[in-house]
Amino acid sequence: MTFLRFAWAWLTSGQQWHGSDSIPLRVAQHLGYSGLSLLIAALIALPLGVAIGHSGRGAFLIVSLANIWRAIPTLGLLIMMVVYLGFSPLTWLIPLVALAIPPILVNAYEGVLGVDPDLTDAGRGMGMTGWQVLRRVEIPVAMPLIILGLRTGAIFVVATATIAAEIGTGGLGRFIIDGLASNQYDQVAGGAALVVALALLVQFAFVGVRRLAVPAGLRQAGRS
Amino acid sequence: MLTRPVPLKRLAASGLALAAGLTLAACGGSTSSNPLSPSASKGSVVIGSANFPENELLAEIYAIALQAKGVKVTDKFNIGAREVYYPEIAKGAITIIPEYNGALLTTSVDTSSTAATTSEVDAALTAKLPSALEILTPSAAQDKDSVTVTQAFATAHHLTSIAQLKPLAKTMTIGGPPEFKTRTDGLIGLAKNYGLHFKAFVPLDESGPITLAALKDGKVQAADVFTTTPQIITDKLVALADPKFNFAAQNVVPLVYKKGVNSLIVNTLNAISAKLTTAGLLAMDKSVILDHASYSTVATAWLKSEGLPH
Repeated sequence: MTFLRFAWAWLTSGQQWHGSDSIPLRVAQHLGYSGLSLLIAALIALPLGVAIGHSGRGAFLIVSLANIWRAIPTLGLLIMMVVYLGFSPLTWLIPLVALAIPPILVNAYEGVLGVDPDLTDAGRGMGMTGWQVLRRVEIPVAMPLIILGLRTGAIFVVATATIAAEIGTGGLGRFIIDGLASNQYDQVAGGAALVVALALLVQFAFVGVRRLAVPAGLRQAGRS
Repeated sequence: MLTRPVPLKRLAASGLALAAGLTLAACGGSTSSNPLSPSASKGSVVIGSANFPENELLAEIYAIALQAKGVKVTDKFNIGAREVYYPEIAKGAITIIPEYNGALLTTSVDTSSTAATTSEVDAALTAKLPSALEILTPSAAQDKDSVTVTQAFATAHHLTSIAQLKPLAKTMTIGGPPEFKTRTDGLIGLAKNYGLHFKAFVPLDESGPITLAALKDGKVQAADVFTTTPQIITDKLVALADPKFNFAAQNVVPLVYKKGVNSLIVNTLNAISAKLTTAGLLAMDKSVILDHASYSTVATAWLKSEGLPH
């Protein structure tokens, strides 16, 4: 329980909450890096995943690539970006977006692909076009899995956005990296505890998102 | 205390054993002129190294030179941390390891030491090292922290020394490892010793790719770069002189387990230290780290060019 003791001591010390290196600032930065990375990853991966699930074409290739992609070490990618791109926002954006794409892509694809064919059949039977089937049948039915993908991606990103601090930017990683470098373990513990707390908050937030986005009729049909 | 006289036979036997023992001991030592001794072993050592290229290179240099002199060498390279290899050498499991006098002093011998110049550090080490260990003659080569700028920046502002940064510092951003902000020889020491107050500090890494990219990119105008970082050559960087010894001396010096070395070994190592310079070490580091030459090739070439045993 030493970790909790350290974290508590640091979090309850007043000075951590003010100034240029304060907890509120770092949390805000962290949410900013995470939010932007997730947004861009979703903009890329959602349309792609849904399209592949709907048409069934290119599935094997894209999904295999996505799974291989997961093996890329995010920190290694970050260092590579620094060497080639210098110090622009892209330097940390690219690794974090790359991290979030696979879960969003694969879940969206699986979600749309797994829609009961009877439902899409019924839709076509009612005269819906392909687009309408997608928009009014497939996506709503796939919503639980799509949201799961977004949630997983969000947790990955929130947990890993700490690496942005390696290249001199902000975020909660600042506490962990600076604390380690100067042997201030209460700072390390406090920073880590904040990352965990933020990840849990994201989990709860997505429970709310799910409630809003998944049609009522589907919610009874079991969790995914 | 003898209570009765020792029988002559026993005395003679002990005397013979003693004589035999002394002869054998004489054979086991350094080159002996005793015509009766077998080809004398010149000694046997275990050479260790830390797990970064420069240290492994230095250990390789020691190994090749000693082997050329007939010493039997076993290597234990790439040991991760000083916390691991220092106890090993303190108990004699390792005989020789290339060290940096300042770091050795402040990490393992006297954490509160404020010795800064080479002679201060050496004196502190000599006084405080455990009796089983000693440092040999340090070399002039140093791998220490520095305040480094690009060649372009140095030329534009006519810079050769950290002291000349005083009027410029408030317009400059400086980078270094995160602890540089609070370390006594970091921003605090630079302010105290040279009156420097920088506009901003950016936390980077320990003289690694992030720091070098930041200098190249112009994200920082100065950074803490180790003086034997090969990119000093390839990226055209200038490590500014530190006349007030803000950064403590870090001369390369062999740390040895006294009982494991003899005068041949000590003389060979001292001869190497006498020829080792920061520029020479930097050039060798570049070959090994950037040009991917093998340690033994680079070590042998250097020993040869300096007229040392190889």
